[in-house]
Amino acid sequence: MANHTHAPAPLGGSLFTPFTLLLGTLSAIAGVILLYRLFYGLGAVTNLNDGYPWGIWIAYDVVVGSAFACGGYAMALLVYIFNKGQYHPLVRPALLASLFGYTLAGASVIFDLGRWWNFWHIFWPGYAQVNSVMFEVAVCISAYIVVMWIEFAPAFLEKWGLKDVRQKLNKLLFFFIALGVLLPSMHQSSLGSLLVIFGEQIHPLWQSGMLLPLIYLMTAILLGFAVVIFEATLSSTGFRRQLETPVLAPLAKLMYGLLAAYVVVRVLDLLLRGALGSAFAATWQAFWFWVEMACFVVPLATLATDRARRSAGRLFAGAVLLMLGGFLLRINGFLVGYMTGEGWHYFPSLAELMVTVGLIAFEILAYIYIVRNYPVLPAAQPATR
Amino acid sequence: MIETYIDETTEAAATVASRLRIDRREFLQFCAATAATLGLPTGAEAAIAKAVEKAQRPSVIWLHFQECTGCSESLLRAEHPTLEKLILDVISLDYHETLMAAAGHQAEAARKSAMKANKGKYILVVEGAIPVAQDGIFCKIGGHKAIDMLKECAADAAAVIAMGSCASWGGMPSTDPNPTGSSGVADVLGKPVVTIPGCPPNPYNFLATAVHFLTFGKLPEIDQLGRPKFAYGRIIHEHCERRAHFDAGRFALEFGDEGHRKGYCLYKLGCKGPETYANCSTIGFGDVGESNWPVACGHPCIGCSEKGVGFTKPIHMTAQLKGMSPPASYPGVVEQQGKTSFASAAALAAIAGAAAGGAAMLAKNLGKQDDVPAPKKGE
Repeated sequence: MANHTHAPAPLGGSLFTPFTLLLGTLSAIAGVILLYRLFYGLGAVTNLNDGYPWGIWIAYDVVVGSAFACGGYAMALLVYIFNKGQYHPLVRPALLASLFGYTLAGASVIFDLGRWWNFWHIFWPGYAQVNSVMFEVAVCISAYIVVMWIEFAPAFLEKWGLKDVRQKLNKLLFFFIALGVLLPSMHQSSLGSLLVIFGEQIHPLWQSGMLLPLIYLMTAILLGFAVVIFEATLSSTGFRRQLETPVLAPLAKLMYGLLAAYVVVRVLDLLLRGALGSAFAATWQAFWFWVEMACFVVPLATLATDRARRSAGRLFAGAVLLMLGGFLLRINGFLVGYMTGEGWHYFPSLAELMVTVGLIAFEILAYIYIVRNYPVLPAAQPATR
Repeated sequence: MIETYIDETTEAAATVASRLRIDRREFLQFCAATAATLGLPTGAEAAIAKAVEKAQRPSVIWLHFQECTGCSESLLRAEHPTLEKLILDVISLDYHETLMAAAGHQAEAARKSAMKANKGKYILVVEGAIPVAQDGIFCKIGGHKAIDMLKECAADAAAVIAMGSCASWGGMPSTDPNPTGSSGVADVLGKPVVTIPGCPPNPYNFLATAVHFLTFGKLPEIDQLGRPKFAYGRIIHEHCERRAHFDAGRFALEFGDEGHRKGYCLYKLGCKGPETYANCSTIGFGDVGESNWPVACGHPCIGCSEKGVGFTKPIHMTAQLKGMSPPASYPGVVEQQGKTSFASAAALAAIAGAAAGGAAMLAKNLGKQDDVPAPKKGE
């Protein structure tokens, strides 16, 4: 399947650059805040209140974070299920980004639990509430994190020269790859289902009821593709390698089809539920709804042709817009459109923000460390410029 | 197995329903409610349904002494249409001064014949306290003193149930200075009996005790004061719907104040829930759901079922907390509804700006490299 010229290899190079030092500092700040939170409680660090029991640590770190980490899922779906071998070089880097996205999303949940030392209860028979969507999400995400580490293990095994283990794992890998496609399909849709039980507490623009699972699943795959494009472009420019546009352009075509289908589903749902009227009210919700819709509709226009999709600039801008759209859909559903009663409001505290920023910084830092030291990115010739 | 049990229950229910001319569903609801009141596991309602179906109907002799008949009233005036029918169906009420048609010597004869016919098998229920001062002359029925009548009837009874606080421990008639020497059944007989205290007690607590006897052939487990554990095993406070307010330090300070209107804890108005053992807070009164019991209505519990509390302590005297201590700290009474800090808003704006700027610059730079040749088809 893997073309020889595309075989992954470590990038090498120095780990200490001004950029990595900045990332390290941001990660350290987040670490200190989290340590403080573990000892002094959520109230000491966050702006959470009785009306808003969750904030950006759930809405961004978990819900958006895991959706941004769907690159590995989307690529595995494409390469292994739809057998599109030409995208294989994109799988490993995508998987790596997903690995960190998910692992940190899972870890973030612990920091958001009031009594975090009880976190293991959800996995313990007798404590677990097996009828809850939250339970499904927790178990599924945890299982997926383990599966992804196994899926990614060949990269470590190659580096450490453990050929025997590698060969044995190869025989079993198909099973984990299948799980790696099944599990995200389950929990990414369940993240939408979480909003179903909130009923009228969710603004009509985002309370799609039984369509929520579909909407969240479609955008998760969409985000997966967008993130692959985003991350491939960034690592090409960041590490001064040749752009992967020839592989990305056909991928963008698939993404475009899915995007069109999503916009149709979303708009039809709003029309059929009669919710579109509230988009014309003078509210913050309506404002953010239009920004969100613009992020999905603009790429629909700018990426319409093959020629447009071969332009690295347009492709990158489109991918960023889609990521922003998916980000807003989730933030809008979980925070902006989440109305728990008169007088209650929520805006993240500086400490909360710094944790999220630090988490992202840590993800990028770890990504850089791994691709420099382990075979992840396809061994390609440097950009000719 | 589940099917057989459902079939048997359904069959039993159908028999009882046709006998009593009540709805089958109502009967099954009664069985389930009784099983739940007794705290019995799933399947017990089937056993109850079968026991009621057999209609062995134990003979019951019901004595009234120093009382107000409130306990009988609470049984009969239950709003649930099937309750009184069921009481009269599951037991054979052979002597009850308020309810029996017979009067005078006829009534006495009915009691004597029932005692003779069911010797050692009948259940004796006592309602009201027994005066023992001055040889017990303060209460006489048909020329017999209460104390003699009780001893006579208790001698051959299979079980004695003291119904209400008066019969259980003296109740209201025994309030200091207690000139008649009112006493509970156990004190007079000198042996422990099953007591169902309360003024009046919840009818379901009596009914559940009777049904337990009918279903399992013995009375339910009792505590050292003779109270069935299923009903009196916990203090009211433990399951009170206002408990969260107690824990949060939110109290009504006087009737009609803001806290009272908002349904805060009545502890500071003298609620005796923290020192009274009963299940009022879980099953409510009058078959209209949990909203109907003193605390739900906005009045503090007076501890009517608890000796040394009800009719002893002043109603608005603060209760002694049993088996609990106040939390080390209270959350704020007024919750902050959310705050926004300038620093975080500025930081968020800066991050968003930097991300947007970076993305735009990168897209622009990438746009300059777009003269990459188009890939050949099929690549």
